[in-house]
Amino acid sequence: MSNAPSTAAEPLAWLRQRSRWSVFEIVFWLATLLPFYFFPTYLNLASQVAIAALFAVSVDLVLGYAGIVTLGHAMFFGLGAYTAALISQAGWSEPLTGLVLSAAFVGLVGYVVSFLIVRVQHLALIMVTLGLGLLTYELANAMTWLTGGTDGLRLPRTWPVLGYFKFDLWGFTSYGYALAILLAGFLISRRIVNSAFGLALRGVRENVRRMPAIGSEHRAHLRKIYAISAALAGVAGAILTHTTSTVALDVLSFERSADVVVMLILGGTGRLYGAILGAIIFLVAQDQLAGINPQYWYFWIGLLLMVVVLFLPNGILGGLERLVRGRHD
Amino acid sequence: MISNIAIVLFDGLAFGMLLFVLSVGLSVTLGLMNFINLAHGAFGMLGGYVTVWLMRQLGFPFLLTLPAAFLAAALLGVLLERTLFRRLYGAGELNQVLFTIGLVFVAAAVATYFFGTAQQPIVLPRWLRGSTEVFGLLLGNYRMFLVAISLAITGLLFFTLERTRFGARIRAAVDNQRVAQGLGMDVERIFAITFAIGSGLAGLGGALAIEIVGLDPSFGFHFLVYVLIVVSVGGLGSIAGSFAGAALLGIGDVAGKYFMPEAGSFLIYLLLVAILLVRPLGLFGKR
Repeated sequence: MSNAPSTAAEPLAWLRQRSRWSVFEIVFWLATLLPFYFFPTYLNLASQVAIAALFAVSVDLVLGYAGIVTLGHAMFFGLGAYTAALISQAGWSEPLTGLVLSAAFVGLVGYVVSFLIVRVQHLALIMVTLGLGLLTYELANAMTWLTGGTDGLRLPRTWPVLGYFKFDLWGFTSYGYALAILLAGFLISRRIVNSAFGLALRGVRENVRRMPAIGSEHRAHLRKIYAISAALAGVAGAILTHTTSTVALDVLSFERSADVVVMLILGGTGRLYGAILGAIIFLVAQDQLAGINPQYWYFWIGLLLMVVVLFLPNGILGGLERLVRGRHD
Repeated sequence: MISNIAIVLFDGLAFGMLLFVLSVGLSVTLGLMNFINLAHGAFGMLGGYVTVWLMRQLGFPFLLTLPAAFLAAALLGVLLERTLFRRLYGAGELNQVLFTIGLVFVAAAVATYFFGTAQQPIVLPRWLRGSTEVFGLLLGNYRMFLVAISLAITGLLFFTLERTRFGARIRAAVDNQRVAQGLGMDVERIFAITFAIGSGLAGLGGALAIEIVGLDPSFGFHFLVYVLIVVSVGGLGSIAGSFAGAALLGIGDVAGKYFMPEAGSFLIYLLLVAILLVRPLGLFGKR
């Protein structure tokens, strides 16, 4: 606690320092443009990665920063996907307004659910998130007339983005669209975690009891971040609907909730870039390994997960950071 | 109609007893060390495959494979506990959850490697097949066997926990680990033994489950949800709670699927969330 800021001006300076852009970050975002030129045949995979990355960032906000362990976040991803699908089915296939409406609806649902979430902790919290996720899946499964059940829904092609960029078979527009929204979602998240509000969230994560003792409205903070995270996850789901023009029940599945947490852990929690890195590693490895032998894909993921938990408590990105910093010292 | 309800209740009870055997070990180990072991279902899967393998390859009779399933799962359990799990006792719940989920993934892949993804049916001895009329109701023999064996195990567990010295030690360690340690009890050893017994019971449950729900590499995952519901609804470290939770879930599940096939699982999850929101520590939870 010796280096903790003590006067009112110091935390602001600390936050300002955190929110400064480093060279690494700029290089990273420039590198996300590489697939357009070097891997044009993998653009559809790249847009899947961007969608998963946005989803993982949304989970990082609640899990990495606020410490809410969730095994049911696919609930919001799927709700976003279905909201976008139903809007499109009703005859309005404009992507950006679809995104905004999905985000608004899912954010609202997230806010309502957050009142339940803040009531419980530990195992009960994990079970409530898991139960709500499964509940939503079963509900969608039962409401075949609305969701198309296990067959899913086929939708009319999404209208061009901004009235200009048509969705093509190669995925140029898909990736560009997904990447642009990922960047937007990332910037919002980055702004949030580097604000006083973000600092309060970290406080809740580190010590739930101390925050109310120093007068912080910790439950209100948790509710707010949970709703924001739900909206972001909904946006990720909506992008999936827009880029594939289909939606099926698997957007709500437990596997999706589990996979996104795995991605986040692999990359490293509580650092936003960990979520993106984890999504890249997970999906590229899945694409490559599943091509060789799909049945044993989960063997490697399981092993990787165990190794990361035992030896890299801060994920791959945390390990890299330690390596770099160790050399500097 | 009345007899239908009675049979659904009985089948549900039998299924619930199966869930009890599968999950009681997790409830006790969770209460003891706060270690969230999501791989508990994988020990059940191991027990199932041990039974299948012994019956097919070595021609063991079904009843003899049950102790073997128990022993195999108990041995693997204590081995993993001593080498890997104990490193995670101090870690956060997220790390425990992820590590053990990773273990489930690996276990499923290993099972696929040795046995393939197909269902593994077994042939029961003649006296366990078919059904018998009891008080005018046609009850499955195997389900009666299941209820009998589970009640015997419950009785044994209660007796051990309430009447023996070792049981008193477990209760003390669950109630307050620090004080128990301060009084000179070897809590680590108590936990290793408890973990072995719990894993062994999961293995036994897995072997018993083959006839009811089948066995394939997804067993560990599929049953994880059921096991977790039993544990969290029943309350950690409470055998009576697990028993009540398992009976409730078993009857609810079978009745839901029988009377409302479209909404059956939905109601189960709704009940789970509702119970946990009203009583976050479970129906019988103390802490």
